[in-house]
Amino acid sequence: MRNLKLIIKREYLARVRNKAFVVMTFLSPLILVGMIVLIAYLVNLNAETQHTVAVSDESGQFVKDFRDSKDVKFIDLSAIDLEAAKTIVREKEYYGLLHIPAVKENTIPEIQFFAKEAPAFGFLSQMEKAISDKLTNRQLLAQGIDVDLIEASQAKVEIGIQNFSGEKTSKMSTYVKMFFGGAAGYLLMMFIIIYGNMVMRSVIEEKTNRIIEIIISSVKPIHLMLGKILGTSLAGITQFLIWVILGGIMLTVITAIAGIDVFTLHGPQQQAMEQVSDNELRQLVIDIARLPMALLLVSFLVYFIGGYFLYSAIYAAIGAAVDNETDTQQFMLPVILPLMLGIYVGFFAVIENPHGIVSIVFSMVPLTSPIVMLMRIPFGVPWWELAISVGILIITIAGVVWVAAKIYRIGILMYGKKPGYKELYKWLKY
Amino acid sequence: MDHLLVAENVSKRFGDFTALNNISLEIPRGSIFGLLGPNGAGKTTFIRIINQITMPDSGRMLLDGHPLRPDDIAHIGYLPEERGLYKSMKVGEQALYLAQLKGLSKAEARERLKYWFERLQIQDWWGKKIQELSKGMAQKVQFVVTVLHRPKLLIFDEPFSGFDPVNANLIKDEILQLRKEGATILFSTHRMESVEEMCDYLALIHRGHKLLDGEVNEIKRQYKSNTYEVGLISNEPELLRKELEERFEISETEFKSINDDLKLKIKIEPEASPNDLLVYLTSKAQVNHFVEVIPSVNDIFIKTVTSNA
Repeated sequence: MRNLKLIIKREYLARVRNKAFVVMTFLSPLILVGMIVLIAYLVNLNAETQHTVAVSDESGQFVKDFRDSKDVKFIDLSAIDLEAAKTIVREKEYYGLLHIPAVKENTIPEIQFFAKEAPAFGFLSQMEKAISDKLTNRQLLAQGIDVDLIEASQAKVEIGIQNFSGEKTSKMSTYVKMFFGGAAGYLLMMFIIIYGNMVMRSVIEEKTNRIIEIIISSVKPIHLMLGKILGTSLAGITQFLIWVILGGIMLTVITAIAGIDVFTLHGPQQQAMEQVSDNELRQLVIDIARLPMALLLVSFLVYFIGGYFLYSAIYAAIGAAVDNETDTQQFMLPVILPLMLGIYVGFFAVIENPHGIVSIVFSMVPLTSPIVMLMRIPFGVPWWELAISVGILIITIAGVVWVAAKIYRIGILMYGKKPGYKELYKWLKY
Repeated sequence: MDHLLVAENVSKRFGDFTALNNISLEIPRGSIFGLLGPNGAGKTTFIRIINQITMPDSGRMLLDGHPLRPDDIAHIGYLPEERGLYKSMKVGEQALYLAQLKGLSKAEARERLKYWFERLQIQDWWGKKIQELSKGMAQKVQFVVTVLHRPKLLIFDEPFSGFDPVNANLIKDEILQLRKEGATILFSTHRMESVEEMCDYLALIHRGHKLLDGEVNEIKRQYKSNTYEVGLISNEPELLRKELEERFEISETEFKSINDDLKLKIKIEPEASPNDLLVYLTSKAQVNHFVEVIPSVNDIFIKTVTSNA
């Protein structure tokens, strides 16, 4: 126990004092915040330009329906011949020319948009909608139907979601849950890969330095392995906490200085918010507040520790089996594969149906359960499912650590061999 | 005799490969014991079993009369052949860490390290990183770490490799000093000069089998061939050679001499006395040189290994 503590301390300090660690820890939030600010700036820049669009409406029926907005200004060039209008648009560098040919009543005109570059998708659909609405209304009128009557008789249905215990939720809450679950799962995967690799490199370093035999004559290999995993995980937690704190501070400071409203950044969500009523916006805040935050945090911690342990034991065994980092390639696939699988299953199956059979199975299979279960938790997971999943995870960890320790024990003292899976299997029996 | 370490029928297999086959050894307390063997003989496996890095398949190791226990690690100092240190860690910090792993308290470790660093005049290295030191310098640090916790049993695997002659001598003197202070030393090497010079006992293992063991002088006596190296001055050397050839088994040999001698190796019957040979020779020629040929450990090593190949 005393030795384990010494090893954890050394490993922790070795990681934390590493220049790359310091640089990464303090630079990453800077880069992240810098990128957010840059994106925000670019989005604003894009939005602020007002395009000028010329309209050549030979039918003369639509031009009055185009009203100037924040983004678009319309110029009526219907009086001029089409070719002349084109020249003007080109010379004045307008955004484009909308040409509506003269047509008979009740037929749909073949409308063209002339521009130097293909116009923004949003702009086109806006135009299309305006013209279609107008045409539709006109055709309805021609059939003798009162448009106002239609307007008045339109019924808008919204299905309110409510669970059996009577809590109301909005459709927004699904997005919220997806976001929180997805973020947690993704973070976990990144952390496992980064810190698992760190454990592996540290094992390889001890092998190539040939210090391993000196250490191993004083401590048990399993202690060295566990100390390494624990020490490195502490370094990871340190880095994570620094990021959270630094990122929070910097984001606040920079947004305050630049005067950018962070909430305008979420384009699609912004639109979504405009569509929902005030009432639903309030519901969103309630939804976020009602997320099982405590459960999410606790399970993040549990699954994070569990998943990290599981994978870093495998990473440690890989490190012990090889002589240098290039030899690790052949063993990396089986490690990365379940992680990627977890992420994909999470992003597709869980979002589609958080309580479907695929979601449930993958949140039980130990190699993917940390990621998939984290994504499911915001949608509400029965406690017994959690218990089974964590139980399976713990049992698997015990097994994997046991196997990894065996490979590790033999591997750290093997030099010059580039072992395959067959060789590793043999080591298990030594 | 009082034995610090006793190996009883120790065997170890890795898959189909037998690394150690029923090895029994006794290492007397306070001795310097040479464990010899060509590469791949099983020396390192044997040492790893002593260090409890590997467990034997059968047989047992007794330290001080009891089977090895985990806390015996504190009584053993091991300098492996493949040795290194953390490159980016400072010398002092690293030495403290390794000493603490051996069970010393931090204060105690610091005090003893100070003593050793001064003794080997390497105080200036304390704050340096290992990567700034040369290989030989790093080896000195490793040596200090090995002996720092004053183990009863010191195991050195090829201790002199990587040292220049000056430092090799320094380390040799330190090892002898440690023995004087009561440590028992197990040497593993295939460098025979050092065995010749330092060891009281030796064991020879080859392909996992123990070929011979015992006191160095005793073994040498067993392997002597009753051969004497002589330098003779005679007026008629060819005639003398023929005469000798008829009576003894002789062969040409070479040694340094200022005279133009007849240089021969003469083998006599085991029960015959060298005195008789000398008397006979003096009656025939002037004897400038008369030495018993004592087999070197190297000779014994090669002879035993090749005859068992």
